[in-house]
Amino acid sequence: MERIQTLVMRDVTRRFGTTTALHSFDLALEGGQFTTLLGPSGCGKSTALNCLAGLLELSGGEILLNGEPIQHLPAEKRGFGMVFQNYALFPHLNVMRNVAYGLEIRGVARAEREKRVRRALAQVHLEGLEKRYPAQLSGGQQQRLAIARTIVLEPGLLLLDEPLSNLDANLRNEMRIEIKRLHEELGLTTLYVTHDQTEAMSLSDRVVVMRLGHIEQVGTPQDIYNAPGSLFVAGFMGYANRLSVELIGKEGSYWSVQTSTGLRLQARSTRAQSEHWQVGQRVLALFKPDETLADPLPPSNHMRGRVKLIEYMGKSFEVLVLLEGDESTQLLVQSSQTPESGSLIEFGIRPERLLLFSQEDIPALQITQETSPTPALQGER
Amino acid sequence: MADISLPKEADVSRPRIRIDQRAILLSLPAIIIVLLLFCYPLLFGLDLSLRETQKSVSWSLTNYIQFFSDPYQRSTIWITFQVALPVTFFSVIFSIPLAYYMRRGIRFERLITIMLILPITLGTVMVAQGMLDYFSPTGWFNRVLLAAGILHQPLNFLHHQLAVEIALFIQGFPFVFLLILGYMSAISPDLERASHMLGAGSWLTFWRVIFPLSLPGIAVAFCLNFVANFSVFPTVYLVGEPTNETHVLTIAAYETAYTNYNIPLGTAIAIVMAILELAVIGLVLWLQRRTSRGATISGGKGA
Amino acid sequence: MSSRPIEKMESAIEQGPANAPAQRTRSRGIWGSALFYVVIGFFVLNLFGMVIAVLLNSLGQQWFATWLPEGLFTNRWYEYEFGINDIVQLGQNTLIIAITTTVLALLIAFPAAYVLARRQFRFKGLLTGLYLLPMLVPPMAYAIPLATLVLRYLGGLPDIFPINLLPVILVNLVPILPFVILILTPFVEQVDTSLESASRMLGANGLQTFWRVVLPLVLPGLLTAGVLAVVRTVASFELTFLVARADAQTLVVTLFADDFAAGMRPQQATDAMAVVYMLTTMALLGIALIFVKPTQFVVRLKGR
Repeated sequence: MERIQTLVMRDVTRRFGTTTALHSFDLALEGGQFTTLLGPSGCGKSTALNCLAGLLELSGGEILLNGEPIQHLPAEKRGFGMVFQNYALFPHLNVMRNVAYGLEIRGVARAEREKRVRRALAQVHLEGLEKRYPAQLSGGQQQRLAIARTIVLEPGLLLLDEPLSNLDANLRNEMRIEIKRLHEELGLTTLYVTHDQTEAMSLSDRVVVMRLGHIEQVGTPQDIYNAPGSLFVAGFMGYANRLSVELIGKEGSYWSVQTSTGLRLQARSTRAQSEHWQVGQRVLALFKPDETLADPLPPSNHMRGRVKLIEYMGKSFEVLVLLEGDESTQLLVQSSQTPESGSLIEFGIRPERLLLFSQEDIPALQITQETSPTPALQGER
Repeated sequence: MADISLPKEADVSRPRIRIDQRAILLSLPAIIIVLLLFCYPLLFGLDLSLRETQKSVSWSLTNYIQFFSDPYQRSTIWITFQVALPVTFFSVIFSIPLAYYMRRGIRFERLITIMLILPITLGTVMVAQGMLDYFSPTGWFNRVLLAAGILHQPLNFLHHQLAVEIALFIQGFPFVFLLILGYMSAISPDLERASHMLGAGSWLTFWRVIFPLSLPGIAVAFCLNFVANFSVFPTVYLVGEPTNETHVLTIAAYETAYTNYNIPLGTAIAIVMAILELAVIGLVLWLQRRTSRGATISGGKGA
Repeated sequence: MSSRPIEKMESAIEQGPANAPAQRTRSRGIWGSALFYVVIGFFVLNLFGMVIAVLLNSLGQQWFATWLPEGLFTNRWYEYEFGINDIVQLGQNTLIIAITTTVLALLIAFPAAYVLARRQFRFKGLLTGLYLLPMLVPPMAYAIPLATLVLRYLGGLPDIFPINLLPVILVNLVPILPFVILILTPFVEQVDTSLESASRMLGANGLQTFWRVVLPLVLPGLLTAGVLAVVRTVASFELTFLVARADAQTLVVTLFADDFAAGMRPQQATDAMAVVYMLTTMALLGIALIFVKPTQFVVRLKGR
């Protein structure tokens, strides 16, 4: 298959009647890179994937493969591999014939076909199951079959559309590692779509966070995690705690802020916008529950709250507290010991982990908090 | 193997058939056939019915007036309804409890299904033919009843309205039953369980949950069965009394057109028949739509 | 075509019953099931009674006051019927008409059903209504004008077999086409669109996808619809009755005519004709059951 040097989606737009699912989407993929489109349902990530695959026609923009436009090329001629969310395994064909399907279409000779099929099955650890039918396979095996069916064709690009969302938690972890291993072994350029940030973090070289048909932020997993570029991305990545604060002063790259209860904290902003912030402005300070420190406390940024609800998470406790002095503000805090319900506990957050965002995005933040899974609870079960 | 397609929300990101023209092209043969072999003849028939004779140049309502002013002809409408409606109601109402009891599976399902498909396979003429032998005064049905002492002399089961209705029931009931069974078994058992958990007994669960959800299927079964019963033709000649008691619309249309050689009038009767039937179906479907609340059969958890 | 591939395919596809058998006993009482089996049993018993009565009557010399016909097992009436009717020709006509109509209907209905199953468009309701219209109107209602038209336009056709069957095939297509569309559409809906997408991503074009993925998966539907259509056409009366010329008659119409033949035709003779008709239609059903599970008919027979 033609090796991908560059694959560019430029200004791609897709409309359905009066709805625009994808607005001027720009993405450049490099050979061998693992890119993830991350976002809640309806953000346009699947639309972008299907447009790239050729299963959806573009309403605007173009797709360039090694410089050549391919947006008018039908899907069957693009030579990309795709793994579907529901696997789309052919129920009337056994494992062998499912994997051999693409090879048969291409007219590959029988002996060669069998060789390549066996190799692909070995790569996904499905040897010995050639005669079985998809309905007789377990969820994980079906997943592997779907992957084998694509990689046997050695495609230049691999597209994966939320492949792990139909699996239970344990299987999901297992298959995620499988996908990672396969990527390292085969080095295929990959575009992965998911709403699960754990998958995005662990698998990708690069993450593209999307919302309502637009790109919110592009960066490495570390960038997205440590320095989310907008209130939406922060919310999606699990910065569940929010404090409404007023800017008091700036020292170097850190801001001094004050809550309505008079609490003073040090925080920073990752937004370029913050250059224009003025003292006296009201902004939001966000931090992650699992980064709160109680024992020992960080040098500064101490807060106190009354314990309202305690959840035992195995490794630690997740505690819902009401901020001292402002009981309408609820915060999620991590603790290694059982706090007493109703008692006051003290906790803190390091200044570099307390991030500031302007208030304008509030409505959007409320929506995303409903659709994205509570990040603190993920991966800890 | 649930057959009922659950409503899917418009999923904008999943690809569908791309080309519009292809859809039109694929549907074209079917559309042409229906238009050419059905709509055109009907319109032609309508035109024909509005002419006094086949050679008339202008339209007139003569045929319709003639039909409606002749009490003998007019009575065919009432007679046809008298034959068709009770059988349809009875078949449907009879099927509902049976389908309800068997909605979670029938033992010997395969065998029973084959048995029930039998009347459909045999067809109207054969069923009527069978009745002639079986229900005659010397036939087995009477014999058994006599021997069992239930009757003291053979009952006349043939050549009257009831005979036609029995024939229609035999022909139609299996289909109605299987149809309603199909709809009822597709109702998720979770809904019933939820109802029980909320304190409703079997009867209330049936009345408030299962029955309303089956109504679309029941309406469809009613309509299809009504069409079959309303269209009764050879059965009437074979086991009915075509000149008086069971002088139905199809008979009137046929005899007018082919025995009396009055094609325009016969066609007029045929058009009246078509309109009446469509009116009844429209009424039933409208009623059903008004009483249904668009509930999903899955209970709303999503496809 | 052997049944095994289809069964294999179906058992591979089937996901199994939604309810475990344990549910069955809880959801209906003993009385409910008993009622059901009694009713169905009574129904089936009488049905068999009718069929067997016809059969026996045709095989006996006469039957008046006895439980069984007298002079049982004579083929006298069959000889009689075969003498006055060209049964072989009738059988040929019936089969050719039924099969041709069905094949045509399947060819036309399949793409139409595919569009209905896949596409959501504004006129879909209207289109579905159009397709279903012929099933909602009494056959006699459109048969009379249709027969008139057929006579007018196809009256000049040579009266030789099999061309003389053409008008009958055409008119029977009218109710059968919607019927087949109705049955096929759910079958096509069951084939996930993602399978077609996957096929294309693996390099197959539209035709290849149709041949390798869609067709095999809709095959059970095609067979079910085909079987039901054949059976229905064999039993089709009104349309054939009005349109067929002397040599283009079918078994069922001849059977009907026999009952009203000029001169007293003995019931036994007519019953012999009935048995011939019945054997034909049962044979077809029997052949069909090799390829299609009867439970397919159950849910498929539903309307919209």
